[in-house]
Amino acid sequence: MLRALLLTLSVVTIAHAELCKPDAQNAFKVRISIKTALGDNAYAWDANEEYLFKAMVAFAMRRYSSNNTTQISNVLLCNVTDRVSFWFVVTDSSKNVTTVPGSEVEAAIRMNRNRINSAFLLSDKTLQFLKITSTLSPPVEPSTPVWLIVFGVVLCLIVAGIVFLIVSGIQKRKKKNKESTERENLEEKVEVTLENGIPCEALDLKAGHINGVFGADDERFTSL
Amino acid sequence: LSATPEIPKEDGRPKWDNKFQYILSCIGFAVGLGNVWRFPYLCQIHGGGAFLIPYFIALLFEGIPLLHLELALGQCLRKGSIGAWNTISPYLGGVGVGSWMVSVLVSLYYNTVLTWVMWYFINSFQEPLPWSVCPLNENRTGFNEECYESTAVNYFWYRKTLNITPDIAESGTIQWWLILCLATCWAVVYLCTIRGIETTGKAIYVTAIFPYLVLTIFLIQGLTLPGATDGLIYLFTPNLNTLKNPRVWLDAATQIFFSLSLAFGGLIAFASYNPTKNDCEKDAVTVAIVNSMTSLYASIPVFSVLGFKATTAYWDCLDRNIISIINEFDLPEESIMRQNYTSWISFLNSSYPEKIAGLKLKSCDLQEFLDQSVSGTGLAFIVFTQAIILMPGSQAWAILFFIMLFSLGLSSMFGNIEGVFTPLLELRIIPKSAPKELLSGIICLISFLVALCFTLGSGSYWIDIFDRYAGSVPLLVIAFFEVIGVMYIYKIKRFSKDVEWMTGRKLNLYWQITWRFISPLLLLIVFMAFVTLQMQKPPSYTAWNPKYEGFPMKEEKVYPPWVQAICVLLAAFPCVCVPLVALFHLVKQKRRSKDPSFVPPEVFSCQGANS
Repeated sequence: MLRALLLTLSVVTIAHAELCKPDAQNAFKVRISIKTALGDNAYAWDANEEYLFKAMVAFAMRRYSSNNTTQISNVLLCNVTDRVSFWFVVTDSSKNVTTVPGSEVEAAIRMNRNRINSAFLLSDKTLQFLKITSTLSPPVEPSTPVWLIVFGVVLCLIVAGIVFLIVSGIQKRKKKNKESTERENLEEKVEVTLENGIPCEALDLKAGHINGVFGADDERFTSL
Repeated sequence: LSATPEIPKEDGRPKWDNKFQYILSCIGFAVGLGNVWRFPYLCQIHGGGAFLIPYFIALLFEGIPLLHLELALGQCLRKGSIGAWNTISPYLGGVGVGSWMVSVLVSLYYNTVLTWVMWYFINSFQEPLPWSVCPLNENRTGFNEECYESTAVNYFWYRKTLNITPDIAESGTIQWWLILCLATCWAVVYLCTIRGIETTGKAIYVTAIFPYLVLTIFLIQGLTLPGATDGLIYLFTPNLNTLKNPRVWLDAATQIFFSLSLAFGGLIAFASYNPTKNDCEKDAVTVAIVNSMTSLYASIPVFSVLGFKATTAYWDCLDRNIISIINEFDLPEESIMRQNYTSWISFLNSSYPEKIAGLKLKSCDLQEFLDQSVSGTGLAFIVFTQAIILMPGSQAWAILFFIMLFSLGLSSMFGNIEGVFTPLLELRIIPKSAPKELLSGIICLISFLVALCFTLGSGSYWIDIFDRYAGSVPLLVIAFFEVIGVMYIYKIKRFSKDVEWMTGRKLNLYWQITWRFISPLLLLIVFMAFVTLQMQKPPSYTAWNPKYEGFPMKEEKVYPPWVQAICVLLAAFPCVCVPLVALFHLVKQKRRSKDPSFVPPEVFSCQGANS
């Protein structure tokens, strides 16, 4: 009994070792940079984290193929280094000891990349699946480009300033013209009423002034 | 007659609200974009602190005397450039016409540079900044190829802003976004110069003082950045050996000359609005010294930021190498840090040389990054924008930086426009009853329409041409004739009497010597050296060509013959005005002298017109 168990175990281990090794068929290398992503909040990579990883890959395979055949034991990890980096394969329990084709695994991972990243608090750059490219998210573009809005505001301010200056200039000129014509009228009046230094209003043009040099004494002259 | 109080003789000429406005306008005119993006570059390539020696010698013997001459001239004659030179002697009228023409040409292309600044300004309100990320290509699998091969900053400048063509002969299409910004810039210029110095005098308070505030903020921020001290040490470490190279002296002389905005006619126009009894000597010295101090002051934050950028690039280079090594050897993270990088590299090189060679690591040298020197638009729109992305709160820094550049350029534009506006006003181009606003509106509108050709795909190549040919050689020629004209045709004795009357003290010997001998000689030498250097090789330019093998390096091309002809025209046209007008007057004089009723005009004197 014990011998049979040992035999099965050794077969399985050897099989595993055959299936999961660097550059094996359908195997992918994963590189994780926890300290770069989390800094002081970095967690240590231990067996529990490996278990979570296997669970996430199994989850991704289940979601992708929509059948519930993939188990955590189907995901094999090997060659874990201090980096942290390792290789993994997904075995197919339905067929004999074979691995799921790489294209399926790749598609499954791509579909669920976001979920896998968030489970580990990492991003596309810090949880790298070498050979699996990620689709880049398009940059957020608002419906109207922001610069047009700013431009509109700036232009409105400037046009308002120009209009204000032109209008105030016209008003000032009108006022100056009115003032200068008023002053001209005033000066004309003053000029017209000055005659020989004596204001004309003072002169009584009808009555006249008697010039005292001539004929102050009527009797001196002979009467006509 | 009415007894009105005795008012001083007014000729209806507008005047400055106060002396401070006038000084600020002159300083604003002199302090421009060149103080920020040319002076630090010259300091860097010509031996750091050692460059200050030829710079201050040039300031003393060329800058200050010429500046004093122009201010005294304008103040005494109380006319713009064309009117002033016509008054000194009709034969010298060409000098005024020449400087008027240079002002026109420079205004055209200078405002287009401000257009670019405005475009970057209105793009700075986004998060993330548009020049920090590359756009994706069509099928969203990677980044745009042109952007990926160069950098995001380069891509935004050459493609998104200029949409530059690979060759100057290819005009490309008009970029509508640049037209919008150009219209806005000319609207701003119109708003500020609408009534001449009445309005620029108010605007200058903001545009001349604001850059100093921003420079101070950048200074404080820059000094706190990592790597700033490396940049500053690199900038100011004097290397006295460079002084043996005559090119350094030539660059110092031309930098002082163009930095002070001499021979544009704008300074004459500004000074003509002064009361005649004003100390122009002190004004000249003040403006020149403030201009040079500003250059020095601006180079400190510029070089702190450049040092920061070089340090960051160096760290990035190291980090990339470290990641490659860690990934290759599967070492734990943070086992190799920047500090122990060199020891690790030597250890690994000795134990696994083939593996290390296979990684193709780039050699990271801080000195190499510091040596990458750029001047002009490259400094502002490529290098500085890249550094701003790395700073926290990049939008705020970008907005501040571009408003500062805009104010610097705008206050210089005021001087240029004044140099165009005042002579036209005096020549009575429009009837006297028409408002001044109309003339400034016409100037701005015509300039806008002509400057539209700078918004083409090849526009920036044309701006380089205008900058190199219209804004350089003619100024030297005009300044030379200015000094000669005043000293030997107007005669130094008359002029020194005029200056004495204006300043109230006797003319110092320093002015006499520099005006009569040193400055004209220096100008002649600089002019000859400048022209010789230009003639040494065929004029060429560097083009941005994505299809070039060495891309992202720029491709060196030679100007086609028709472009070379335009270059020569641009440089020669303002210069040729001087002899042409003199000839014209000679012919007119000969015809007039046959007329017996002709009376020769009175000899002009500063005091005579104003006593």
